Amino acid sequence: MNEDNGDFEPKIVGFLCNWCSYAGADLAGSSRLKYKPNVRVIRVMCSGRVDPLFVFKAFEKGADGVLIAGCHPGDCHYQCGNYKTMRRMHVMKKMLEQMGISPERLRLEWVSAAESTRFVNVVNDMTEKIKELGPSPLKEEVASNE
Amino acid sequence: MSKGKIAFYWAGSCGGCEVSIVDLDEMLFEVLEHFDIVFWPCAMDIKYSNVEDMDDEEIDVCFFNGCIRNEENQAIAELLRKKSKIMIAFGSCSHLGGIPGLGNLSTKEEILEQVYKKSKSIYNEEGIYPSNSVDDHGNEIEIPSLREHVDALDDVVEVDYYIPGCPPPADVIKTALLTLISGNIPPRSEVLAPNRTVCHECKKEKRDIAVKEIKRVYQLDDIDPNRCLLEQGLLCMGPATREGCGAACPSANMPCTGCMGPPSADPQSENCEQGARMISAIASITDVVDEKNSEEEEIKAALDELRDPVGIMYMYSMPKSILKRRRRE
Amino acid sequence: MSMIEINPITRLEGHGNIKIFKDDNGNVDSAYLQIPELRGFEKFCMDRQCELMPQLTSSICGVCPIPHHLASIKTLDNVFNAPPPERAVAQRKLMHFGYFLEDHLLHFYFLGGPDLLLGPDCPPEKRNIIGIIEKYGKDVATEIMEHRRMGQDIIKILGGKAIHPAFGIPGGVSNAVTPKQLDDIEVMARSLVKFSQFSLSLYKQKIHEDEFYSTAVVSDEYSLDCYNMGIVNDKNQPDYYDGDIRITDAEGNEVIKFHPSEYLDHIGEAVEKFSYMKFPFYKKIGWKGLVESKDNGVYRVGPLGRYNATTGYSTPLADKEGKELEKTFGRPCNMTLAYHWIRLTEVLNVSEQLLELALDRDLVLEGDLRTPVNKVVGRGVGCIEAARGTLIHDYEVDQNGLMKDVNLIVPTTHNAAAISLSITKAAQKEIDQGVTDKDHMNRVELALRAYDPCFGCATH
Repeated sequence: MNEDNGDFEPKIVGFLCNWCSYAGADLAGSSRLKYKPNVRVIRVMCSGRVDPLFVFKAFEKGADGVLIAGCHPGDCHYQCGNYKTMRRMHVMKKMLEQMGISPERLRLEWVSAAESTRFVNVVNDMTEKIKELGPSPLKEEVASNE
Repeated sequence: MSKGKIAFYWAGSCGGCEVSIVDLDEMLFEVLEHFDIVFWPCAMDIKYSNVEDMDDEEIDVCFFNGCIRNEENQAIAELLRKKSKIMIAFGSCSHLGGIPGLGNLSTKEEILEQVYKKSKSIYNEEGIYPSNSVDDHGNEIEIPSLREHVDALDDVVEVDYYIPGCPPPADVIKTALLTLISGNIPPRSEVLAPNRTVCHECKKEKRDIAVKEIKRVYQLDDIDPNRCLLEQGLLCMGPATREGCGAACPSANMPCTGCMGPPSADPQSENCEQGARMISAIASITDVVDEKNSEEEEIKAALDELRDPVGIMYMYSMPKSILKRRRRE
Repeated sequence: MSMIEINPITRLEGHGNIKIFKDDNGNVDSAYLQIPELRGFEKFCMDRQCELMPQLTSSICGVCPIPHHLASIKTLDNVFNAPPPERAVAQRKLMHFGYFLEDHLLHFYFLGGPDLLLGPDCPPEKRNIIGIIEKYGKDVATEIMEHRRMGQDIIKILGGKAIHPAFGIPGGVSNAVTPKQLDDIEVMARSLVKFSQFSLSLYKQKIHEDEFYSTAVVSDEYSLDCYNMGIVNDKNQPDYYDGDIRITDAEGNEVIKFHPSEYLDHIGEAVEKFSYMKFPFYKKIGWKGLVESKDNGVYRVGPLGRYNATTGYSTPLADKEGKELEKTFGRPCNMTLAYHWIRLTEVLNVSEQLLELALDRDLVLEGDLRTPVNKVVGRGVGCIEAARGTLIHDYEVDQNGLMKDVNLIVPTTHNAAAISLSITKAAQKEIDQGVTDKDHMNRVELALRAYDPCFGCATH
């Protein structure tokens, strides 16, 4: 698992909420900030929209990591969507661990519309951490199914 | 008019689905008026060789219960599929994998090791496992192996309908049988049970309040028999479970464990994922002390006693969940 | 060598086949009862939240879910050191008796009984409940179904559903019968006493008429000398809910009586390659493989095992029936086919106990249903007599209430060696000199059915 880490480029699925984190990511782009290209961004209206189904599906399809980014607590455009995400996160991480997938592969971050640098740091940091963990244990099966 | 032919078979099962048929009591007379039972190992002396001798599709409807745990389960599923016009996955195990599906949290080696080597009362100095062998007289004795993991029935053969439950509730079975007798065959791959959640059938009072803390059933000093169990902090799978049982377990003041599988779920698609639904349900109803000041620690305290989410939320449905089984990092 | 196979064995719970190897002269060289199934409860119950064990282990068997549920909850009572209040025990006993009655009746009328009532050589298509309905008529069939339903209804009243109920909480139960429900149970119990007597009369009538049975029952081929086990009260009568485990030898002498928590000192489980079912044996004597011998720790449980491990029944009508049994077969009795008569006597015994309990209004209707639970003590052992025999659950639980170790010894597992020996003896008698027709195969199977085996249960 670790021998190949030099060449291993993690595939991370990122669910970004429309009002805060997607806007923050957009700002990073228009500010020409450089960051690692490993996150595949999916825009959702709220981090609370992220059904645990999506997270499991992403891992099942071979994602090495899943990032959920939303508004800071108290700033959710829909009042309490992000609180639900926090609670779901707690249970999802426990479940992933029980299913043999490192809970470090799932990450929740708050990124506001103004925090372009924060977005860059989150992406870079997560990519590094997942690189250290190595490919997802489901990677091989996905490859052999194709 | 000639009678139709039906069969009942059990794979990796407990026998409860067979007893649920016997428990139909007087309705059995009606069933026997319309159908001949041509294969039912629990109750009749018809052997596999008799089934092999049947024509293809000679059996009109096969009610197949039990999960696919070993090679024999798979072989007989394939045999019966060939010999049957309609194949019904009967009960949680064939519908979703069932409780034996929790075996997917281990490898088959780990299971064999625990059962035949590590168990407290074991006396197995040679460390043998059941396997193909030759006895002292030179007789070769074959035995089916366990498969690598547990599957539901539709993972190995095409399934026409599903009758959910552990075991399927009497009313659900009766309705399905009457439908068959009437000849009004519903669209294929339908789950033959009503479609809302257990909460709709549950007679306990729901006050729509948030739950401060999830508790273990023995941690509640008093369980109020008239109030919603989830609102009292017990992890009841009702919101993520299909109705049809009359909320049987809550009526005995115990939380639902989810045996009917998720509601509105096509077993042949992704949304047969019961765990994800229950996670969302829990997140919606738990309310930490002050939502605006939610901290990690508060959430942890509220949900800490949920120590085995996989065992609770996938108790019957692990082989049909998205992740299906445990991996190793 | 050639092999004939009975596959699958039928009219019982679980999967199995019998492989009979014959030498070149057509004589039976060896016979194997092979159980090809294993689900792995002893592994996948680990790491589970302990309070779910009664429902998880109940799914070991849908024919006998209640004894697993109750053995499990008794185990958890010990894990938490929370002995349940008397009223809770009364509810558990009501459920247990309801189960016990319907399970024994299921066997007599649906599973093993048709061999007796219709004859072992009855054509296979009729040798089942359908044949019973045809022979005895719809009215009798309705009575059979009604009385089984009584047992299932008692379970449903308490646990929400008859198969895999939800009921046990460490230190107590979640539900209790109402006064009206108890009135109904009293009526059911009286009817069950009468119905057990009717079933006994059916049995006796058949036995006297049937030539096969009157010779087979006392024959060597359908007999087995071995040890016997059952749970007893302080008078050494069967106690189906709680007590010490008593083992007697083939002559009826007590060899040991011990508290269930000490079972590991006395019972070991051997493994054979050809079957997933383990072979428990009495450790003091040891395991010599599949041989009938005084020096082999093979023992029987269930009705015949209990009969041989006890001295009489605790209720009047059953005691009278037991004395008639003793006069006919003696006590101890090594005749495998005697299981059927003893089984029906137990139906009478438990019907009477159900009635006694239903009449004890104060006990059943008043008092607490739960003892408050404190901390996990660590290890617990729970034991109960299921219809098919002694059932033992042994759990280790950590401070978070998660299962760390599970050991189960299940009734039919205890009988594994005895059943294997019985079918071998029957095969050696019935299948010889090239005779292989279906009826003779059934005469091998009926030796097995007398035990009322539950193989999904036995392998778990």
